[in-house]
Amino acid sequence: MPLLEVRDLHVEFHTRDGVAKAVNGVSYSVDAGETLAVLGESGSGKSVTAQAIMGILDIPPGKITGGEILFQGRDLLKLKEDERRKVRGAEMAMIFQDALSSLNPVLSVGDQLGEMFVVHRGMSKKDAKAKAVELMDRVRIPAAKERVGQYPHQFSGGMRQRIMIAMAMALEPALIIADEPTTALDVTVQAQVMDLLAELQQEFHMGLILITHDLGVVADVADKIAVMYAGRIVEHAPVHDIYKAPAHPYTRGLLDSIPRLDQKGEELYAIKGLPPNLMAIPPGCAFNPRCPRAQDICRTDEPPLFRVTEDGARRSACHFWRETLRDA
Amino acid sequence: MGRYVIRRLIQMAPVFIGSTFLIFMMVFALGDPVAALFGDKAPDPATAARIREELYLDQPLWKQYLHYMGQIFQGDFGTAFNGQPVTELMAAAYPVTLRLTMVAIFIELVVGITLGVLSGLKRGHFIDSSVLVLTLVVISIPTFVSGYVLQYLFGVKWDVIRPTVSVDAPLNELILPGIVLALVSLAYVTRLTRTSIAENVRADYLRTAVAKGLPRRRIITRHLLRNSLIPVVTFIGTDIGSLMGGAIVTETIFNIHGVGYQIYQGILRNNAPTVVGFVTILVIVFLIANLLVDLLYAVLDPRIRYA
Repeated sequence: MPLLEVRDLHVEFHTRDGVAKAVNGVSYSVDAGETLAVLGESGSGKSVTAQAIMGILDIPPGKITGGEILFQGRDLLKLKEDERRKVRGAEMAMIFQDALSSLNPVLSVGDQLGEMFVVHRGMSKKDAKAKAVELMDRVRIPAAKERVGQYPHQFSGGMRQRIMIAMAMALEPALIIADEPTTALDVTVQAQVMDLLAELQQEFHMGLILITHDLGVVADVADKIAVMYAGRIVEHAPVHDIYKAPAHPYTRGLLDSIPRLDQKGEELYAIKGLPPNLMAIPPGCAFNPRCPRAQDICRTDEPPLFRVTEDGARRSACHFWRETLRDA
Repeated sequence: MGRYVIRRLIQMAPVFIGSTFLIFMMVFALGDPVAALFGDKAPDPATAARIREELYLDQPLWKQYLHYMGQIFQGDFGTAFNGQPVTELMAAAYPVTLRLTMVAIFIELVVGITLGVLSGLKRGHFIDSSVLVLTLVVISIPTFVSGYVLQYLFGVKWDVIRPTVSVDAPLNELILPGIVLALVSLAYVTRLTRTSIAENVRADYLRTAVAKGLPRRRIITRHLLRNSLIPVVTFIGTDIGSLMGGAIVTETIFNIHGVGYQIYQGILRNNAPTVVGFVTILVIVFLIANLLVDLLYAVLDPRIRYA
């Protein structure tokens, strides 16, 4: 049994202008100690899926219209809000993109870290503060004891993200969801933060869902990758297979848009067109208007997630996955 | 912080001198205080001249002002026309107005913040729309209207309270005047709270608080309110100053012998020492209230540090 299994999840947003289908039948799973990278552009549904798993979706306008989220065998969507709340933070935790805005500006970092122990473990404020110092040491924040009473704005970007990580790790949850944890950071700091995250994950044998649009970050840390487009998974594969040979034209496009040293001076490739409007997803394959391989069938028939390998570890939602793979 | 306070206190000096001088000038430009002293009767020229000399009124205005300021700093605010020292009037009036202001502030805090939080959390719902309409109505009605109407309804028609407040102005008699005084600011506090809550509800750190698995109560009180009330608290702080001075209408309606009443009487009778004295103290109250609000701001929001 995997640690987390998302089955055929559907999420819609009901707005004044219409219904946006943000997530349309997403399934993926994560084992303990495993890292799943979820890749995709803005609006691909990667963050919305994560928020649905955490149970922090804004409802309304958001609405989960179908599917199951099995966590340690329990369907989270069937839990009462109070039971759900006890899972949040304690058994699964989330790291957000912008640590400055994600931390409360008027509470000291010690308060915000310690709060986890006060609320979930019923600790006294004093013990919680000692725990907070311990956590800050863990994520290698220098002079933790002196800095525990300081406020978020007094820390650097990298240090703030370490605090976010510490907060997520506080109760040693089984699953961590990191939503673009390094996007807001300097490149030099990015690597340090990713290393720290990977290290802690190994140590506590946690499942990690890493949401990103940066293929560079993924290569070193992920075990498998799910590529999302217009609320669906279009390709799912062990990490090295994807880099070697993508089985979906969209993944191909993403890989080609990474700047490379050996192509210095050449114009950088960009996937033409824009991601579809989620209120009017094109019929057939959602990617067809932007796809260099699109045929008539792509405009009429929605491709299922074909098995690329026998065991189903590798899948692609492209009618022409064989051709894509061959040409890679 | 210490240096900031000292700098602010020094900055207060020109504001204090400027505003008191303006008041001093305006009050004396209103008319001849000696003539006012005698009311309808024409004063005997010799007596008038003697009084003028006694009261420094034959000196140029700036000299009068300097003399007056000198006296003030020795605790002498002069004598009202009825022979009472102005300080005595102040000692009677300020506690009354202070009590009235406290009642008003308390109502603003409790009712304003509660309504603001409710409507901010339920944006677009029935309660939100009703609160919005209600505050709009309240803002549009001037105090002298709401004051008289409420006084008539509660004091005369239904006879639940005394229509006017007795001289001692006990707290229970100040409830209705307190409501009248609070009404307009109350609407502002409600709207300010509502906007602030609605803004912070969408903040990233609130999403973090939810993701941490905190109970809803804790999220609202500890994370949402703590941030949302910063502008509200500072507004109420500055409001203390304006309420104390702005109570003139309310105090007149309910016959409360407070600061507003005394200033009103002073203006009516051209009683310069009372007016200038009372307003001078109001200026000081206002300046100190503003300083305290700025300091409070730094306490509430750690991102603000004064050096």
